[in-house]
Amino acid sequence: MEVVTSQRISVEVNGTTYEREVEARRLLIHLLRDDLDLTGSHVGCDTGNCGACSVIVDGTLVKSCMLLAVQADGASIETVEGLAEDEELTPLQQAFRDQHGLQCGYCTPGMLMSATALLRENPSPSDEEIARAIQGNICRCTGYWNIVKAIKAASGQEVE
Amino acid sequence: MLLSEVGYARPETLEQALDVLAEHPGARALAGGQTLINVMKARAASPDVLVDLGGLAELKGIELGSDGTLELGAMTTYSEVIGSVEARARPILGEVCAQIADVQVRNRGTVGGNVCSSDPTNHLPPLLVAVGASFTIASRDGERAVPAEEFFLGVYMTAAGPGELLTKIVIPPGRSDGFASVPVGVDGTCIVNAAASVNGEVRVALGCVGATPAIVRPVAAEEEAVREAVRAADLDPPGDVHASGDYRRHLAEIVAARAVVQASGRAKG
Repeated sequence: MEVVTSQRISVEVNGTTYEREVEARRLLIHLLRDDLDLTGSHVGCDTGNCGACSVIVDGTLVKSCMLLAVQADGASIETVEGLAEDEELTPLQQAFRDQHGLQCGYCTPGMLMSATALLRENPSPSDEEIARAIQGNICRCTGYWNIVKAIKAASGQEVE
Repeated sequence: MLLSEVGYARPETLEQALDVLAEHPGARALAGGQTLINVMKARAASPDVLVDLGGLAELKGIELGSDGTLELGAMTTYSEVIGSVEARARPILGEVCAQIADVQVRNRGTVGGNVCSSDPTNHLPPLLVAVGASFTIASRDGERAVPAEEFFLGVYMTAAGPGELLTKIVIPPGRSDGFASVPVGVDGTCIVNAAASVNGEVRVALGCVGATPAIVRPVAAEEEAVREAVRAADLDPPGDVHASGDYRRHLAEIVAARAVVQASGRAKG
């Protein structure tokens, strides 16, 4: 069968379909940021550790620096840009704001996607479950306490 | 980071995949990519062609036989093992998969990728050796089955050679298993790990203490017997920034004993 070094792919990102010719070596995060100008997802470590590039691909949370763009051909992708509608923050985003769940903000897009994936599966998570759900997301400001509070508040649970 | 230029093929059948692997000696199978893509960034691996296994439905899924034998498709992700009702026939599998890295990595990383990368700090090599798994390897010439303890040949080296592909992992029935590790942070890279299975005999496989899992067979499922067997194995673990060789040898006795205690607790029901 044919081996290619680039190919035309089609992805749906936040409801919009994009077609692009991409090299096989291109990472999904670079397709999103550099080709589609969706710069909300961040490149933190580029080694799969920090989770700042986390996006949801076909309903599954992944780190987009460890996926080739060609592997996402035909996929439906959700990024941080797709959360708020008409400038209106989601309850999760509002909770991050209310609970001071961000400091420098670099990790926030990834945190929001991980928390979004968590709350879909588990609408009322415990502190422990939240901590495990954001295990793959590093906050170098170390502001985890307020991030956990924000996710808990977004789930409708009382926080101190 | 930009990867080196690489060829790409996304076969739709196993036959196509085996053809590409046979025709391109520098080709590598791309499973979940949670190791391979990173080592390609670091230029520690530079395959000419990536054979993306993501389209091969026949490598996915978990089947539970009527006798309790489990068959895991090589492309089954850790998250799929954790969520599988069938995989609970051997509870240790889901328990160990839940200790690997983080949600994102568990969603993409596969059991086949974990064993084929043959990283000495990985979780599944010692576990699958301890439970007596068998690995099915396919090539254009047909299929062969390799016992787990003969599959791991060295650091990053396995019995699956050029032109070959691991297709499934077969795990015999049993429940009396244990796993213990000392990781770098919760669910982090293991400094030492051990898997144990008690099924008539006691079988322990230690990870991180050599290039491949070290098999130890204590005479009894008791702490002192396990420690004695680990000492007798004369391990010579590597030292690194996380632990010296001596410290790893010390930890090996402890995690082996913990794994056996867990396994024998289950044997008693």
